Amino acid sequence: MRWKWLVPTLYIIFLLLPIYWLVNMSLKTNQEILSIFSLWPQNLTFDNYKVIFTDASWYSGYINSMIYVSMNVVISVTFALPAAYAFSRYTFVGDKHLFFWLLTNRMAPPAVFALPFFQLYSSIGLFDTHIAVALAHCLFNLPLAVWILEGFMSGIPKEIDETAFVDGYSWPRFFVKIFIPNIASGIGVTAFFCFMFSWVELLLARTLTAVNAKPISAIMTRTVSASGLDWGVLAAAGVLTIVPGALVIWFVRNHIAKGFALGRV
Amino acid sequence: MTFNWMAWTTPTATFFIVIFCMLVGMTIWEIKCPGGAPRQSILHFETTRGDRLFVSLLGSAYIHIIWLALFASLSLWWAFAIACVYALCVFRWV
Amino acid sequence: MIEKQINQKAWFMVLPVFLLVAFSAIIPLMTVVNYSVQDTFGNNQFFWVGMDWFRELIHSERFHDAFLRQIMFSGIILSIEIPLGIVIALAMPKEGWGVPVCLISMALPLLIPWNVVGTIWQIFGRVDIGLLGHSLAALGIDYNYTQEPIAAWLTIIAMDVWHWTSLVVLLSYAGLCSIPDAYYQAAKIDGASRLSVFRYIQLPKMQRVLLIAVLLRFMDSFMIYTEPFVITGGGPGNSTTFMSIDLVKMAIGQFDLGPAAAMSLIYFLVILLLCWIFYTIMSNVGEESSNGGV
Repeated sequence: MRWKWLVPTLYIIFLLLPIYWLVNMSLKTNQEILSIFSLWPQNLTFDNYKVIFTDASWYSGYINSMIYVSMNVVISVTFALPAAYAFSRYTFVGDKHLFFWLLTNRMAPPAVFALPFFQLYSSIGLFDTHIAVALAHCLFNLPLAVWILEGFMSGIPKEIDETAFVDGYSWPRFFVKIFIPNIASGIGVTAFFCFMFSWVELLLARTLTAVNAKPISAIMTRTVSASGLDWGVLAAAGVLTIVPGALVIWFVRNHIAKGFALGRV
Repeated sequence: MTFNWMAWTTPTATFFIVIFCMLVGMTIWEIKCPGGAPRQSILHFETTRGDRLFVSLLGSAYIHIIWLALFASLSLWWAFAIACVYALCVFRWV
Repeated sequence: MIEKQINQKAWFMVLPVFLLVAFSAIIPLMTVVNYSVQDTFGNNQFFWVGMDWFRELIHSERFHDAFLRQIMFSGIILSIEIPLGIVIALAMPKEGWGVPVCLISMALPLLIPWNVVGTIWQIFGRVDIGLLGHSLAALGIDYNYTQEPIAAWLTIIAMDVWHWTSLVVLLSYAGLCSIPDAYYQAAKIDGASRLSVFRYIQLPKMQRVLLIAVLLRFMDSFMIYTEPFVITGGGPGNSTTFMSIDLVKMAIGQFDLGPAAAMSLIYFLVILLLCWIFYTIMSNVGEESSNGGV
């Protein structure tokens, strides 16, 4: 039992090593990367980051990703709130099957939908816009949001609803004034998950964009295939995609464990 | 906005209309006698008639696929017949 | 467990979600079904071919191989990640400064975009510039994931373990944290061994979250696309061409809409069946434990 701490420590080292290597490479010049093998940068340089922050084709990728991810989070949470309330409080015709159907969309491989999505969004004139990617990501984020929120809402005793209605609250007022503050942490966790899955997804985002809304991850793949040699810039771009995620984790660190159980512990 | 790209054909349209009618039918059935007639199935869990419809549809799809894999030269209508019998069995016993 | 009221008006609260998801799910699905029974030479001109694509696909070796590789991959991933995740969760600290450190560093890989995960491992494993590849070469081990299928498989498995084991850890940890201290004290008084504490106290409490973990890990590994695509591009040869990679190759690379659509449908049917089995088990386990009144 005295050596118990060793297990998580080793695991964390295993997790951080590849990330450290990426950071390490982003601080080297290309010449150094290819010529000498060193565990830390010999001549520290920030040129790779400078390239990304000064070249519009690079940093616009970050802005595009941010725009569609935030749109998606807002859409998912606002649409999912009333739906999750309905699932947690009422039974109605076909509720279980509807819930299952929603979940199957979370499980469906995006590769199946990629091509029809392209044609669907082209035909309604939304191709290469941020809202198209945000809507496409709703396919798996909305079911997930409903699922998580339903878990949290089921933990709120029903007496709260009933007392409020006896006190003469209308449903919308009760929902905004009383219910939402009660599940605030649940909403935070839901937003975190929507952010996460929208931020990491590439296939649909790449299929639905060409120039104006191209996400950073797609710009990275293009660079790999085009030049293939600019490892420093590629590593720097990779490091910068980790930063937003790390920030978000910092904000929800106290709810992470419960959140990952989707409110069902 | 056009729908040419969806490449509709009569058979696939019929297929979706039939599925849609089934769902409408199930809803009407559910409203007429609510509760979904739950019962303990032979698979040791509770099923309602909605579950039974789902099991029969999914099973039918698999029956067709397996038929294609085993008897590629024979008509697919045989598989359809088997699927119908299967669906009846599901509604009776599962 | 909340006693639920029957209220058909609740449909109106669900309707926005229903319409939005239906728009993104049903129209593309209908399109896929339409494509799967036709052939096209471009220009939106389609020819009816009936079930030919399905027949061809089911008898094609390419599909069998991709399917088998997919099953093998998911099996290996699950059998490594689930036990490893449980072990790490059991060894994690319950209080003190170690908790946020563990949680934050473990959640980190989950928030890295999938192709960046691929890029990280692509760099990490390279013999010339990567730490892993270089160290292995220095130890005299012949390792090159772009040339040898086994090295490619090992790299992708290591990457997936790196990427997703944390999810299992965090889920199991959440389950463990919900066990009241009184349970452990009672076990101590009874003189229960470490193993029986795990078997009779910890495992039952983790059951539900573990099911969620298995469900999520299975589904996500079954539709894995981006990471192996970035690392190996499906090669060397076809040795790491999983279902999704094959599908995208067919649909977008070769523009074979018909076969790709037929493959999508079979893929989707497999997912649907597995999803239903997991969901049924999950909701039944849930009912039993809530009836048990723990």
